[in-house]
Amino acid sequence: MNFKLKALTKSIWVFHVSAGSCNNCDIEILDCLTPRFDVERFGIQLVGSVRHADALLITGAMNKKSVPLMKKIYEQAPKPCVVVAVGQCALSQHMFKDSYNVEGPLDSILPVDVYIPGCPPRPEAIIDGIVKLVKKVRGEK
Amino acid sequence: MEIVKSIFNYLVFPGLIFSVFAGLMACWIDRKVSARLQWRVGPPWHQSITDIIKLLGKETIFPQGGKFTFLLAPFLGFLSASLVAAILGWSILNPDKSFSSDLIVVLYLLLVPAVAVILGASASRNPLASVGASREMKMVLAYELPFILAVIAMIIKSSGAIQLGKIINHQLFFGSNILSFSGLLAFLSIIFCIQAKLGLVPFDASEAEQEIMGGALIEYSGLGLALFKLTKAVMLYTMPLFVIILFMGRDLSPLFMILKFVGILVIFILIKNTNPRLRIDQAMRFFWRVPTLLSAVAVVLNLKEK
Repeated sequence: MNFKLKALTKSIWVFHVSAGSCNNCDIEILDCLTPRFDVERFGIQLVGSVRHADALLITGAMNKKSVPLMKKIYEQAPKPCVVVAVGQCALSQHMFKDSYNVEGPLDSILPVDVYIPGCPPRPEAIIDGIVKLVKKVRGEK
Repeated sequence: MEIVKSIFNYLVFPGLIFSVFAGLMACWIDRKVSARLQWRVGPPWHQSITDIIKLLGKETIFPQGGKFTFLLAPFLGFLSASLVAAILGWSILNPDKSFSSDLIVVLYLLLVPAVAVILGASASRNPLASVGASREMKMVLAYELPFILAVIAMIIKSSGAIQLGKIINHQLFFGSNILSFSGLLAFLSIIFCIQAKLGLVPFDASEAEQEIMGGALIEYSGLGLALFKLTKAVMLYTMPLFVIILFMGRDLSPLFMILKFVGILVIFILIKNTNPRLRIDQAMRFFWRVPTLLSAVAVVLNLKEK
């Protein structure tokens, strides 16, 4: 296996983007960093600036205000960078499906690598999603 | 032959490569002890090394503006920090062979990483980075006075020797500096200053992740960020070494060396984990009152003894 790729999957720095969510998904993401789940064991860290990020964790329904910002943030991230859609709103707009203000699911705007469903997804589900992402990046089954 | 030996000393053993690995281990100790204090498990021992390898493999984005300065700054900080590590390691290994006034060189070189952060942040043309740069500048003004006063106190104590080797030898004959009252005061003061020099929590306003998103480092990615992380790691190895030379130079056998090093590191980590971040004005007020007073008292006490 590629040495660089292994280092990448062993140290994922996450930038957390809220595209207008109700904050439940965000709280569950922060739960993953608490002593009970402690994802820093696997080298996963939250970072403050998108320039340091390896993964974008995007929550919330894409509305007219946030879509251009999402595109901008994705362009600012240094590649290789993966996009993770967290929560039902980012996946499929959920209860805002017919709202006048939303622009469509996240994968119609950015290339999404992993979908984590749930309203909000449990921390176990988020960790499971990250494990699947790591396996996908490494090309394992 | 002499030249080859000094290049080896700078690049491999007490210098660059050794200090990078020692620094990354110190970073791991920092993360692990922090995790245990927060009742977590913490990362494995190779985590800091993995982070650096990953950052080297990532894309480096240059913002509009001074491209050359933007990439020069991290190299400047990293090279000078590793040079300090080389000088300190050399004077521990051969206390009799250190060159004269190397302490002044060390004091200047220790300032360069902070200057590099200011330079890089200003070159990136980011408003948040400029806030970080201005805070870093004020922090340098705040901690440099008590830091140098504490070092001067120790110079006077070692009968005026501005030389690391002579300070070590003096302690070999007259006991560690920290055991005297004035040495203890200077030690307390220098611990606070180093906490600020390393950018650890009560004094990390220039890199506050929560308010200014990484501050000075906000625009750095890939190679530049890796070099800044390495600079931090090397400083985390260098500063406890500096404290050991100045204050606990009595027994420098490898086992005691490692024990003292980890002990001082754990003091920094405990201060970091039990204190909230100070605003920049609070930090400045603190540094110009408490540590400056402690260092000044230490200088006066030493002058009286002589």
